[in-house]
Amino acid sequence: MSRLGLIINPVAGLGGAMGRKGSDETDIAQRATAEGRVSQAPHRAARALAAFRAQSDAPVLAGPVLPDGDAAQAFGPGALTQTAKDTLATVQAMQGQVDLILFAGGDGTARDICAANETGIPILGIPSGVKMQSGVFARSPERAGRLSAAFLADPRRRTEMVEILDLDEAARRDGRLSAQLYTVARTALDRQGARQNPKAGSTDPVGDLDAALAAYVAEMEPDTLYILGPGTTMKALKDRLGGGSLLGVDLAEGGRLTGIDLDDTALLARVRGRRVRVVLTVVGGQGFLLGRGNQQISSQVLRAAGLPPIDVICGAEKLAGLTPQELTIDTGDPTLDGTLAGYWPVITGAGRKQVVRVVA
Amino acid sequence: MTAPIKDFAKRSNGYRAAKWSEPVVMQMTGTGRRGVVFEDAPAPALPGKSARKAAPALPEVTEHDALRHYLHLSQMTLGMMGISLFGTCTMKYNPRIGERASLDHLRGLHPLQEAETLQGVLEMYDNFSDFLCEVSGMDQFVFQAGGGADAAYTHACVTRAYHASRGELQQRDQIITTIQTHPCSPATANTAGFEVITLSLEENGYPSIEQLKSVVGPRTAALMVNNPDDMGIYNPDIKEWVRIVHEAGGLCFYDHANFNGVMTRLRARELGFDACMYMLHKTFGAPKGGGGPAVGAYGCAEHLVPFLPGPVVVKDGGSYRLDADRPQSIGRVREFWGNAPQVLKAYAWARAMGAEGLREAADISVLSNNYMDWRLAQVRGVSRSNPGIDAPRMEMTRHSVEQVTEETGCSIFDISMRMTDFGIDALWLSHEPFLVPEPFTPEAGELWSKEDIDYWIDVLEHVIGEAYADPEIVKTAPHNAAIHQLTSALDEPDVWATTWRAYERKHRKQMAAE
Repeated sequence: MSRLGLIINPVAGLGGAMGRKGSDETDIAQRATAEGRVSQAPHRAARALAAFRAQSDAPVLAGPVLPDGDAAQAFGPGALTQTAKDTLATVQAMQGQVDLILFAGGDGTARDICAANETGIPILGIPSGVKMQSGVFARSPERAGRLSAAFLADPRRRTEMVEILDLDEAARRDGRLSAQLYTVARTALDRQGARQNPKAGSTDPVGDLDAALAAYVAEMEPDTLYILGPGTTMKALKDRLGGGSLLGVDLAEGGRLTGIDLDDTALLARVRGRRVRVVLTVVGGQGFLLGRGNQQISSQVLRAAGLPPIDVICGAEKLAGLTPQELTIDTGDPTLDGTLAGYWPVITGAGRKQVVRVVA
Repeated sequence: MTAPIKDFAKRSNGYRAAKWSEPVVMQMTGTGRRGVVFEDAPAPALPGKSARKAAPALPEVTEHDALRHYLHLSQMTLGMMGISLFGTCTMKYNPRIGERASLDHLRGLHPLQEAETLQGVLEMYDNFSDFLCEVSGMDQFVFQAGGGADAAYTHACVTRAYHASRGELQQRDQIITTIQTHPCSPATANTAGFEVITLSLEENGYPSIEQLKSVVGPRTAALMVNNPDDMGIYNPDIKEWVRIVHEAGGLCFYDHANFNGVMTRLRARELGFDACMYMLHKTFGAPKGGGGPAVGAYGCAEHLVPFLPGPVVVKDGGSYRLDADRPQSIGRVREFWGNAPQVLKAYAWARAMGAEGLREAADISVLSNNYMDWRLAQVRGVSRSNPGIDAPRMEMTRHSVEQVTEETGCSIFDISMRMTDFGIDALWLSHEPFLVPEPFTPEAGELWSKEDIDYWIDVLEHVIGEAYADPEIVKTAPHNAAIHQLTSALDEPDVWATTWRAYERKHRKQMAAE
């Protein structure tokens, strides 16, 4: 029998209203209590659960706190520490017990869950946090509930890989945005509606992208130094060149990788005097090209490389989901961002590009 | 006209499709049953190995078994005469006289006859080309392409031949299109070997001139666009677009799939386009889909005529001939002269309509859509694409039930299936990609009466009301159709079968057990 795990982070979202730009500080719960603030996570989880219940009667194991209502049974540690440890303990207890972990929280919660999710159970986020840069979140609590039900009912349990990002809250409070790509996770593949309308399921995003990567590799120039950004799409490109890092920035030349997981200092040293191209994908759910998860490709690196051409590879489905229809760059160097802004052709398939407006 | 929905519950017990327990015809075999038996039918004299060793596996049924079988199957459909506002497809009534005319006049002809014996049908082709040249401003039409996508492919091939003839094909390897152009434009451009550059929509509902300029250059081979798009928004910059692409040396192709609202109101050539395409099976009243084969009528200006697929009908004095001696032609895109019966039906329709009729039809289709738009705006939870844009909408508009889905969990698929219970054919949703969530795109054209349109919207409103009151009714629909919901079998290649042979192969064990 399929079972759903439901993680509710009781401090998720608290820091937003408190102007803390996140809820990762360890004493956030006490401070919120002192201010009389209540997390919306249990309420949003209840909304997702109601949508789930309309389509599934699978048992729901919930922890470390319960959602509003009585549609779930308590699971995980009884005594709570009011810290991230509660989430970690619950996720650990869920290993082997559930088929999907639905969670109410933000990027910080997603990171905690991934850290404790040793057997790689697919996860799906109910948007309830302050920061939600990761691609793991459904667009609304109801969508999260419905997608969970559809996933448990799907005999194939189809999943896709998404990036888990988080912002450095201390830097953000100082006015600097600095997102790190922490890991990737499996999530339920969202092909809602496809089953009822064979026409809507007729495209093959994975196949399109695979063909695009093959064509890209075939046309790589032998004397050019390629800076390859992070992310699952880029990892697939790196795999075609013999491996490489998922979360890091790598270098390739002459058809093979010649540098793995380099920081901006190492990149600076390597790009000088070379003909350079940069290859990126859109990271996370927010449509960022530069400045989120790939800060190693800094404005200094780009300037030292003589403002090289930048190729972007991204599936058309992902671009269609952008609202508004534009991508963003934030290198921390406003002049450079202004120079780079404009219309960029994004590689969406073999022989296919889509022009997307890029804004600073 | 259809009775209003308020009478639906009062005066009828609703639509109920027959649900026969009908076997597949291959399972109906009763050994020795026949329709007509010819006692002394001669065995055909076949050369050598071409004769079968074993008899073919055919069902053995009587004539009335066969008739009853197919009557039952037809009773299990909606019958193709319901109210189908199937957007982007311009559903029209196909006059039965067209069927009769094509039977009477084409049945006895073969395209390989000598041209002297085909003067009537050649004259019809020539006249219809002239008619469409008048409508579009082009110089020659051909009717070979077997549909709209085939006509788009014809254009991609003509583009290739044109640039090759000027020695520029190596350099011009990109075709520009927009995200709202029919997916067959990028697909056929790719098939013909071009790289496709797709422009994204911006604030006005169409890509900006700046965006177009950012990709036009020495690599530009052609622009392939529709206008208005499926949102019903007409790009007013289109003349400037054509000028920019021409200045860079590219060709411009106008996909006239959405022609209904602008018939006689604009000519593609006057906007500067080099070529265009009409769908005779949609806009020009010939049957489409299950009703028969299609024709994409492709027309172009003089400078592209040498590259057209052949043979081309030529008028010499008082007679007509087929010109196949065309050294620069791209060759055939279809056997013989395309689907001649469809050309005849469309010609008959066009001559019956005349210029005045086309103009009236265009105006009615825009009026009908704006009436629908006004009524749909009052339906709970329904929103319009590009809500912030007040540009006039032409013959169709894309709408969304995203709010209904958020609030009730009923998706547009659920709503569409529930509408089947009221005799409404499946809605047209959207081309890919889905830029508008939970989309549907109704198009009334000039055919549907106000009563029909009102009935359709009343049903939608009623079903959305059900979604809010009792979503389960909608999610488990249809309740009155022959088949309720599809299972997940369509996602399982090991399960589904579209031929009896595939069914036997995939279900051998189960069949043996039975």
